[in-house]
Amino acid sequence: MNSIVCIKRVPDTTSATLKIDAENRKLDDGNLVFSINEADNYALEEALLLQEEFGGEITLISVGPKECDDIIRMGLAKGATRGIRITPDNLYKLDPYAIANLIAEQIKELEYDLIFTGCMANDDNFGQLGVTLAGLLNIPHISLAVKIQANEDYAIIDRELEGGLMEQFNIKFPAVITIQTGINEPRYASIFGIKRASKKEIRFVENISAQGIKVHTEKMYLPPPGDTAEIFTGNPEETAEKVYEILKTKGLI
Amino acid sequence: MRKDIFVLVEHRKGEIRDITFELLTKARNMVQTGGFVYAIVLAKNGDNFIEKLKSEAHRILCIENEKLEHFHSDYYQQVLGSIITDRKPLLTLFGQTSYTMDIAPSLAVQLDLPIVMGCIEFEIGDDKIFTINQVYGGKIHTRFSFPSKNGGIISIQPGTFTAEQGDLSAEIERITFSFEEITNKKFIQFVEAVAGEIDITQAEKIVAIGRGIKEKDNLQIIEDFAESIGAVVACSRPIVDAGWLPKERQVGSSGKTVKPKLYIALGISGDFQHLIGMRNADTIIAVNKDPNAPIFGIADYGIVDDLLKIVPALKKKIMEKCEARSA
Ligand SMILES: Cc1cc2nc3c(=O)[nH]c(=O)nc-3n(C[C@H](O)[C@H](O)[C@H](O)COP(=O)(O)OP(=O)(O)OC[C@H]3O[C@@H](n4cnc5c(N)ncnc54)[C@H](O)[C@@H]3O)c2cc1C
Repeated sequence: MNSIVCIKRVPDTTSATLKIDAENRKLDDGNLVFSINEADNYALEEALLLQEEFGGEITLISVGPKECDDIIRMGLAKGATRGIRITPDNLYKLDPYAIANLIAEQIKELEYDLIFTGCMANDDNFGQLGVTLAGLLNIPHISLAVKIQANEDYAIIDRELEGGLMEQFNIKFPAVITIQTGINEPRYASIFGIKRASKKEIRFVENISAQGIKVHTEKMYLPPPGDTAEIFTGNPEETAEKVYEILKTKGLI
Repeated sequence: MRKDIFVLVEHRKGEIRDITFELLTKARNMVQTGGFVYAIVLAKNGDNFIEKLKSEAHRILCIENEKLEHFHSDYYQQVLGSIITDRKPLLTLFGQTSYTMDIAPSLAVQLDLPIVMGCIEFEIGDDKIFTINQVYGGKIHTRFSFPSKNGGIISIQPGTFTAEQGDLSAEIERITFSFEEITNKKFIQFVEAVAGEIDITQAEKIVAIGRGIKEKDNLQIIEDFAESIGAVVACSRPIVDAGWLPKERQVGSSGKTVKPKLYIALGISGDFQHLIGMRNADTIIAVNKDPNAPIFGIADYGIVDDLLKIVPALKKKIMEKCEARSA
């Protein structure tokens, strides 16, 4: 069974103070730490599990700057077969449709049963790529998968709805599956895997310009300060005292 | 010129979902003179839904078919593709839900339309549509635009707009549609989550933990503190993903919606999907070492510090005071 896994390099912004570049179009990410998008890491693991069960090859595809090679190498170290990094000249102007277009162009040249993506990227929160790809390639898809029981040419998949409810579908391959976090336990790369990965191929697709951009970024800005919490300051002893007072006044203890 | 706004009516197990009324309210407020708000009902039998939507839209378009009994993105896409092509709305609105994530992107490809998903606001300009999206976990906003000449698709985060009762009386139109049989994807059944021992939706006090607790071993400190104030422990999604707490303890869009008297959020950043599950709690206290964490935007009180220092101090304080009180 051959799979393709689309992976994205995203910054960890949870504890960082964020700045926006001078043109107000993108994040000034010089000081941030990057890694593979959380859901994509689960997608990669799902492909690795199927490879262990059915054999076959895994191709990783990432659209982004040359630093994406780091997450591709990590995936190769875990057991993927090869990588493709796509770096168009207009990288920072792409919308999900244009990104999917770039990836679909590469995929058309490949043999595959399944295409995996994460269900959503933690940076832009769109959640569009996988299902857009399915549309472009004209193959069926399931998004937000939380359980996959695969056979040679079809799978039974649970997808997650709101409130913890799930719905189950039977889907025939080739298909696109977008993976929700928590579906498996992503492995770490072994030292042996890391050594082997250095011999695997990463192909670079460069000096091209992405086509079909439909949505434009007008500007990025810090959210206007809205209502915010009353912040207690002081050492832990002092702040604890204030919290205690609140709980007591409100009859919560 | 295109002016109409289509809203896909989202329903599950016979109930219209709240997001639909939020979208219809917003659509009524936004639609320009000469345009109509359409509620699009795709169902096996639409009568019940139509009844509830009559006051909410100018027009209701209803397509009934066996194949529409359960949500199926491919059948939905066939009908929506056809009516959007025929009737040329300015905008088709969806909620940013699990159904939408399964249909809107491929529908946009089929129709060759611009699409922005997960918006918190939109504007209709002269020849462009503008949207505002929260990115980077809510720490940054982005304003996007696309030309409105050929129409477009937008999905909106649930809970962004408040639903208000409409006072329209919709014109109802039923259309028939002949579906192409889909053979490569079949709905089998709903799968219910297994009920756990503790129902957090019934709890009056909740101590919720997020990725900020760092290690599973730190759970004990939290459990002790929760016990000292008679609260149950709940969590954000990553804690369930890591297997540290069972799924029934998860608060948020894909977990439970809670409305306790007290919600203490420890090491939770405050992503949209989490906030939607707890923002109606009476009193919210957040502890986070990042002063810019979006959780502080919704909390009543906050402490910017390491939760592993604050939680033991809190527990100590409460034990002391309670002993003093009972002595
Ligand atoms: C379709 C879909 C459905 C989802 N459903 C849900 C859902 O139901 N519920 C849910 O919660 N999420 C859900 N998510 C995930 C959601 O998008 C976020 O990823 C998640 O809520 C983040 O959890 P978190 O706040 O615990 O972690 P993070 O965002 O990583 O935040 C951790 C926070 O801890 C703080 N911190 C770190 N160390 C400390 C310390 N020592 N002391 C104090 N603070 C510290 C950091 O500053 C940071 O703010 C869903 C996602 C998708 C795509």
